[in-house]
Amino acid sequence: MTVEPISRVEVEHVASLAKLSLTDEQAQKFTTQLDEIITMIEGLDEVDTDNVKPTTNMADATAILREDVAVNAHQKDALLNEAPETEDGFIKVPAIIDESEDA
Amino acid sequence: MNFQTTIGLEVHVELKTKSKIFSPSPVEFGDDPNANTNVIDWGYPGVLPTPNKGVVEYGMRAALALHANINQHMHFDRKNYFYPDNPKAYQVSQSDTPLAQNGWIEIDVNGTKKKIGIEEMHIEEDAGKNTHNPNGYSYVDLNRQGTPLIEIVSKPDIASPEEAYAYLDTLRQRIQFTGVSDVKMEEGSMRVDVNISIRPFGVDKFGTKTELKNLNSFNYVRKGLEYEEQRQQKVLLAGGEIQQETRRFDETTGETILMRVKEGADDYRYFPEPDIPDVVVADEWLEQIKADMPEMPEQRRERYVGELGLTDYDAMVLTQTKEMSDFFEAAVAAGADAKLTSNYLQGDVNAYLNDNHIDLQDTKLTPANLASMIKLQMDGTISSKMAKKVFKAVTDGEDPASYVKEHGLVQLSDPAQLQPIIDEILDNNAQSIEDFKNGKDRAVGFLVGQIMKQTHGQANPKVVNKLLMASLNAR
Repeated sequence: MTVEPISRVEVEHVASLAKLSLTDEQAQKFTTQLDEIITMIEGLDEVDTDNVKPTTNMADATAILREDVAVNAHQKDALLNEAPETEDGFIKVPAIIDESEDA
Repeated sequence: MNFQTTIGLEVHVELKTKSKIFSPSPVEFGDDPNANTNVIDWGYPGVLPTPNKGVVEYGMRAALALHANINQHMHFDRKNYFYPDNPKAYQVSQSDTPLAQNGWIEIDVNGTKKKIGIEEMHIEEDAGKNTHNPNGYSYVDLNRQGTPLIEIVSKPDIASPEEAYAYLDTLRQRIQFTGVSDVKMEEGSMRVDVNISIRPFGVDKFGTKTELKNLNSFNYVRKGLEYEEQRQQKVLLAGGEIQQETRRFDETTGETILMRVKEGADDYRYFPEPDIPDVVVADEWLEQIKADMPEMPEQRRERYVGELGLTDYDAMVLTQTKEMSDFFEAAVAAGADAKLTSNYLQGDVNAYLNDNHIDLQDTKLTPANLASMIKLQMDGTISSKMAKKVFKAVTDGEDPASYVKEHGLVQLSDPAQLQPIIDEILDNNAQSIEDFKNGKDRAVGFLVGQIMKQTHGQANPKVVNKLLMASLNAR
């Protein structure tokens, strides 16, 4: 469909969104690989989907909604034990400047 | 050059369900950090989130209150970002199929009514809370993680800071009357993100917008927007350009300060949430919710004016909050006069709340006690002056009838008891009778004062007046 399905700049952008740092070599390698994958997937463009509704879920089912009843799992201690660092019941993490816009 | 302003508001409202949106953990505030969390809230691999029926139902109630069209077939999407308040590294939200679209609310700015459109509203989960410490660490509490939110996005119809204020106030009121949220900015159950742009009159294309942060009250929203409107005008009039940036409102100076310049659009890489099947709202369920919708403020106002004979102003003040409106209705249902109840709520009750910085639902005031006090006043048992004392007791949660009895506050209205007192006072004040006959009205006031003194203020002034006039004329 297009000459170049994905550019190296895009690969580097996606890597930075995923907080991955790539070497030159890796960036080149992934660009080539992703290129091939996207080219393969683009084969699907040939299918006529004009009268097909978008698929948003592979399970051919609708959600069974849970009744609004609160249950405390009392897992606090077990969960905190799995955290790398804790203090006074909090999870302790290196301070990070808020990059999120409206989380 | 004249400019026109376009304001966009994104409002997050916390739904007060009992459990979280995708896990059964309790939605409770003020508990020990991480006490209300389970493996789903921590984003453990292999867990299965299940959507809460109550969230969909509350969301639909809010949507109906905002006249929006509900999507009966919707799905959730993942919004990807990294931040330690969200251990999954994505927020489950809705992008393609929001809960509802195309709503509107009517605002009133100084008597001018205007419809403001609502683009869409969607359901999503809240994140946990980070507390930053100067020691280089942040402390994460995931109790809030998974608290249900609805985000309400306005259409670009808001044209002034005043309209933005009115929109927020009307939105708050309507959501509150549905009972799905406390909608209190000071407690974080309502949060507002604001953007604003200006453009010369006659230009079709919107100007570059800036976003404002740290607006923690409706008043700050208005002030921040007023400042930003002026700032953008100055930049444009000086031949400058507006940058796409995020600015912080400074509460002490009332100015907005540059936080960061935005480069390019946010890249959240939304995709359909694979762990949660599509949510389908059956027609019967939607009809049931429509049928169960509580009265909206304007319906109550109509009733207050049409059926209870209150003024438009009284009806407006009484429906500012659902608590006040419910209190009023319960007192009237208990037999209190509507106008008197309205006066007490706007007068003594409001003053009491303001003096003590307290909300109605946190006081010992009850509709039954207020109604019983008003009825004692209506049937003449107590005077309006005595009612002041009784009101104080009512604020302490006391029963007015027993308080009145205990403190001997019963008004003296029986002519058989009053007449001898009046006769005695007249006998001792011949000069006053003389003055009255000579047309000096002041004499009456003096005599009433004597009677009140004699009865320790308990005589019913109306009865006293009637008896006194009759006695004077008979002499």
